[in-house]
Amino acid sequence: MYQLNSVTQTYERRGQIVTALDNSDLTIPDNDFIAIVGPSGSGKTTLLSVLGGMLAPSTGDVMLDGESLYDLSVEERTALRGRKIGFVFQSFNLISWLTARENVQIPLMLSGKTAKQQEERAMEMLDRVGLSDRTDHRPSEMSQGQQQRVALARTLANDPQIILADEPTGNLDSETRQQVMSYLNEFHQDGRTIVMVTHDADTAAFAHRTIRLVAGVTHEVAMAEAA
Amino acid sequence: MKLRHMIWKELWQRPTPMLTSLLAVTLGVTALVAIQNITVFSERKIAGDMESLGANVLVLPPSVTLQDYYGADMHGHTMPEEYVTRLALARLPGVENLAPKLCVEAEVDTIPVTLTGILPRSEFQAKAAWQGLGMLGNAVGSDRGCCATAADIGEGDNDPNSLATTRTIAELGDRDVILGCDLASQLGAKTGDTLPLLGEDFTVLTVLPSTGTIDDGRMFAHLHSVQDLSDAGPVVNVIEIMACCEDAAGGLITNLSAELPETRIVTIAQVVQTQIAVNGLMSRLSWVFLSILLLVGGASIASVMYANVTERRKEIGTLMAIGASRNFVTQMFLGKAAVLGLAGGAAGFVVGTIVAAVLGPQLLGIHVRPMPMLLGVGMGTATIVAVAASLLPARRAAGLDPCLVFNDA
Repeated sequence: MYQLNSVTQTYERRGQIVTALDNSDLTIPDNDFIAIVGPSGSGKTTLLSVLGGMLAPSTGDVMLDGESLYDLSVEERTALRGRKIGFVFQSFNLISWLTARENVQIPLMLSGKTAKQQEERAMEMLDRVGLSDRTDHRPSEMSQGQQQRVALARTLANDPQIILADEPTGNLDSETRQQVMSYLNEFHQDGRTIVMVTHDADTAAFAHRTIRLVAGVTHEVAMAEAA
Repeated sequence: MKLRHMIWKELWQRPTPMLTSLLAVTLGVTALVAIQNITVFSERKIAGDMESLGANVLVLPPSVTLQDYYGADMHGHTMPEEYVTRLALARLPGVENLAPKLCVEAEVDTIPVTLTGILPRSEFQAKAAWQGLGMLGNAVGSDRGCCATAADIGEGDNDPNSLATTRTIAELGDRDVILGCDLASQLGAKTGDTLPLLGEDFTVLTVLPSTGTIDDGRMFAHLHSVQDLSDAGPVVNVIEIMACCEDAAGGLITNLSAELPETRIVTIAQVVQTQIAVNGLMSRLSWVFLSILLLVGGASIASVMYANVTERRKEIGTLMAIGASRNFVTQMFLGKAAVLGLAGGAAGFVVGTIVAAVLGPQLLGIHVRPMPMLLGVGMGTATIVAVAASLLPARRAAGLDPCLVFNDA
């Protein structure tokens, strides 16, 4: 479970202080599916970075499963991220010179799995997202939707408890968007916590909760039944 | 999949900057290997030459400046042949043999030749007998104070080819000539042929094997015949002294200077000193070249690595977001640098050895073989430089903010 207590994040830009998160409180229970919406510059990405253990807030605490995330060292946070958190990016962020299978193997390699374990798990994940016939293809040889599915397989490789998604359907057409959201929904059904940043109301509709960020302040706007 | 697999695949993903860096490193190591290789084998050849020549000493007219041991008689200055007799009668300790020479220009069938008068050992035996010193033992020196290691002067060997290796000959007739191999080819002459020389007919006693020196282009005849027919009179250009060993030659210089104060005494060690100094200079220069080229190579690698970090920012951020530690990112860049260093070092060794093998015989007349030690030196140096040059870019990569992976970061 995530618990954000009075989290404030400020930046200095050209001598001016910019407040990205302003004394925000947020609780995200296990197996929640949250959509974070808001205009550009409202602090959505900052919130995602803070939740991912990649950006220490200026003030406030971020607790994950009762542990203060930013009391851990950088290396401990990196290890925790590899173990508990999976990321989905808008532009997929696949390594262009690796094949689909090798891309999925990366988090497994980083967590110390053997080559055989990596390959077996990668094949299993690619099969789950319907790409067992594209394992040796490079990203440039796949469609956008296929690339995002490879990215989803990579996200799932280490079986993370939490998935942080940054505009996961932003680069996709409506049909592929539907498909990717179905996968995210499926991962949620598996018991995972999903935190998704999106501009798109249709995409946000897949979430149980929607949090609107305005000028760094969180507002709970809706509760929904599971999609 | 392992880290090394990722490094290898990424290297081939961007081959142009990789090959540029590799070339710079390779050039540095090539320069080191080629120059060191040539220097080492040149030094070995000089050492071998000195060993085969023994502790040779040259007695020259005082005004002569000597640059080439093999051309010691080609300066045009003369001194009386009587000095040879004085040396022979002095019976100095350590002297094994004397080889006076007179060099004149002549023609054979309009072909200009360098005719060198030499005195066979039989002449010294005759002088010794005439002086009542007996036929036993050494005709020109004494065994007093001589060390155990005698110079090989082919005592008792009547093979005229011994002139090529020992620079002395046992017997030589008044109208005999010995031809260097190059001159024999030029004249189309062979053993037993008759050649017109200075108005007389000479018989070719033998054609010497190739020595790789200017002796290959010479013609040798009896000293007294050359003196008489060239009207030079009883003079010589040089007296070569074969001493029994270097130790004896060391003490010999003082004795020779005392015996012939009106001459210049030069040891073979002094003659080759210049070459040794040149070799030393080349050896030091090779390290200077290596340093400069590796500096350039290092700068090239650093530049390529910085560009690589900038180009791969999102990729590095993604890796860090999904669990790559800073240490992993550092290793990824330093591993790449190490691969470039090792490959550049190995390639530099191969190219440098080939360059040395090609240039060695052409420039210095030496045959060069691969020196495995230089492979280690080349690869080690290149790897250290490549890794050192990549430290800052790798540190920069490891310090990247993983938040840049997000859409609007």
